Amino acid sequence: MAKAIQEIGPSDYQYGFHDKEDYVFKSRRGLDRTVVEEISRMKGEPDWMRQFRLKSLAIFERKPLPTWGGDLSEIDFDNIYYYIKPSEKQGKDWDEVPEYIKNTFDKLGIPEAERKFLAGVSAQYESEVVYHSIREDLEKQGVIFLDMDSGLREHPDLVKEYFGTVIPPADNKFSALNSAVWSGGSFIYVPPGVHVEIPLQAYFRINAENMGQFERTLIIADEGSSVHYIEGCTAPIWTTDSLHSAVVELIAKKGAKIRYTTIQNWSRNVYNLVTKRARADEGATVEWIDGNLGSKLTMKYPGVWLMGPGAHAEILSVAFAGEGQHQDAGAKVVHAAPHTTSTITSKSVSKADGRTTYRGLVKVYPGAVGVKSNVRCDALLLDEESRSDTYPYMEIEEEQVSIGHEASVSKLGEEQLFYLMSRGLKESEAALMIVNGFIEPFTKELPLEYSVELNRLIQLEMEGSVG
Amino acid sequence: MSQNAPFFEIKNLHAAVEGKEILRGVDLAVNKGEVHALMGPNGSGKSTLAYTLMGHPKYEVTAGTVCLNGENVLEWSADERARHGMFLAFQYPVGIPGVTLANFLRTSLKAVSGQEVPALEFRKRVREQMRLLKMDESFATRYVNEGFSGGEKKKAEVLQLALLRPQLAILDETDSGLDIDAIRVVADGVNQVKGPDMGLLLITHYENFLKHITPDFVHVLWRGRIVTSGGRELVDRLLEEGYDPLFAELGLKAEQGAVAAGV
Repeated sequence: MAKAIQEIGPSDYQYGFHDKEDYVFKSRRGLDRTVVEEISRMKGEPDWMRQFRLKSLAIFERKPLPTWGGDLSEIDFDNIYYYIKPSEKQGKDWDEVPEYIKNTFDKLGIPEAERKFLAGVSAQYESEVVYHSIREDLEKQGVIFLDMDSGLREHPDLVKEYFGTVIPPADNKFSALNSAVWSGGSFIYVPPGVHVEIPLQAYFRINAENMGQFERTLIIADEGSSVHYIEGCTAPIWTTDSLHSAVVELIAKKGAKIRYTTIQNWSRNVYNLVTKRARADEGATVEWIDGNLGSKLTMKYPGVWLMGPGAHAEILSVAFAGEGQHQDAGAKVVHAAPHTTSTITSKSVSKADGRTTYRGLVKVYPGAVGVKSNVRCDALLLDEESRSDTYPYMEIEEEQVSIGHEASVSKLGEEQLFYLMSRGLKESEAALMIVNGFIEPFTKELPLEYSVELNRLIQLEMEGSVG
Repeated sequence: MSQNAPFFEIKNLHAAVEGKEILRGVDLAVNKGEVHALMGPNGSGKSTLAYTLMGHPKYEVTAGTVCLNGENVLEWSADERARHGMFLAFQYPVGIPGVTLANFLRTSLKAVSGQEVPALEFRKRVREQMRLLKMDESFATRYVNEGFSGGEKKKAEVLQLALLRPQLAILDETDSGLDIDAIRVVADGVNQVKGPDMGLLLITHYENFLKHITPDFVHVLWRGRIVTSGGRELVDRLLEEGYDPLFAELGLKAEQGAVAAGV
């Protein structure tokens, strides 16, 4: 009889999974109703969620693959495990982890225990202690910070009120897929007027579900509250899972503020197809700080639907596409209320035959007067074969608005390189300095440890020693 | 590395850019502690010389040698030249968005000196130099040359000169674009830095600069060659008369299209 996930507590971590056999569960390959039913049953979910999943599955099966973005034709849906319990995941061998991942860990100076955890080898992680003390502080403020499964179990009404309201299953094929087989992710609720001072981070939750294929995150910031959530981490995530399809829903109520920071660095075999969207009510602010470094193909367009007057959206994204990578990223902002504002800044860097695409939408509904929106997308091409494309869409249905758009494509400036080299920097160091300067508007929004690690990662990418 | 060889010697340097020959046999020697001024009308090749000496990829050396302490500089890339103690203060310094001046200075210093200067010591040095150059402290956190006025860019170049302490410094029209006060400040800055261990090649268009920095030698470049050299009296003469009388004397014509006679 398999134990439900939430019952794996600190005592189990202390002694290791010696009862491993009890916890083994892996759905069979491929996806159909029985797999989805099994998932829901394993988790002990309320019936409405089971129904939600099944309906979503039907939508997923019905919808065709999108052809407008990256190349999805090689995804073998029938050959994927759609649900693996964490204990099973721990069975990985350190030897199986690819060399480039191990090298990156070395270079990033990631401590031994962290490496094994990040490589999915072990669930042991010293931050367990950190996590528990943070949880106590949050509980005092009435903040809920749980994994999504626990959130559903402990706060079913709260979840039911908001789950799927920002991103309905039918939004796209992959939100439908996620809605059918989601597992893990974070559930956060911040009570009115509460300001969460420290950034909440996914890996505080020390649970291999963190690296789930189909994470579902739901963050609700009640009126006048604020919270900063950091998803992912800069170290490359090794996984045999080739398809990651997450859904993130944010709800910022009146006067609330949510900042959601991501640095994605999935291994180079992964299709990373993510739907992220926020609803911002009157006077609320949502900031997406989105960094894309890894994966074989990422399709991700963080969006903000500005539903109340005076709401504000800030989307700042950085994409780095190296050899064989395609980062198809961008932003979507919908102005559905007057005096709403938005700023989209996209910085992309392509190296070798890497390809970056900016795909963005700014939509203004009639009646949304006094809207101000500015889009800026800059692309930097480092090599002859590097590629960058821009597809900005503007649907402006109101006259009394101010909309701006700037775009640039550049190569490493010969004069800049020479100037820096004349100061003793080798050509590679000069190129790195220019690239760091290029993405600086993004880097400066990150907490210090993240910006330091990001700079190191960019350096590794530039040296070509990763992947 | 002969002890008798001049510290810095340019011999018969020919260089072309985009296939067009600009330098046609430049000879020049600079010793430590000497200030050499290089003057000449527009188009004579002054900046070409500066870029060629520093190793700009667009400038192709077709003949000649450039030796620093007896070693052929032309075999080195620009960054290697810098690490061997060469420095060029650019006439039009380029902007580096997103990179703060402080970060850039620190990285350069480490690259050139091979050592990491402790943060506190570094900040102290920078602040002191900025004060001497009458540069507002806020420039340290501004992006390199972005939004800097012409004068501020030149000051930033001299700031780098002061921090990097090169052996051979080439200043390419560091005085152009500066108002009278700034010229004095920058000249003072250069005077502070120069010393018995440094060779200085001042490329200047405006004789004003030379009122504040006294050159030991003056050379006049015309159509890719040095046509005459002299001491301070040559500067005074050029200041008073301009190039024409001198050129007439030498049998040269300052206009385009004229063939330099016998030079």
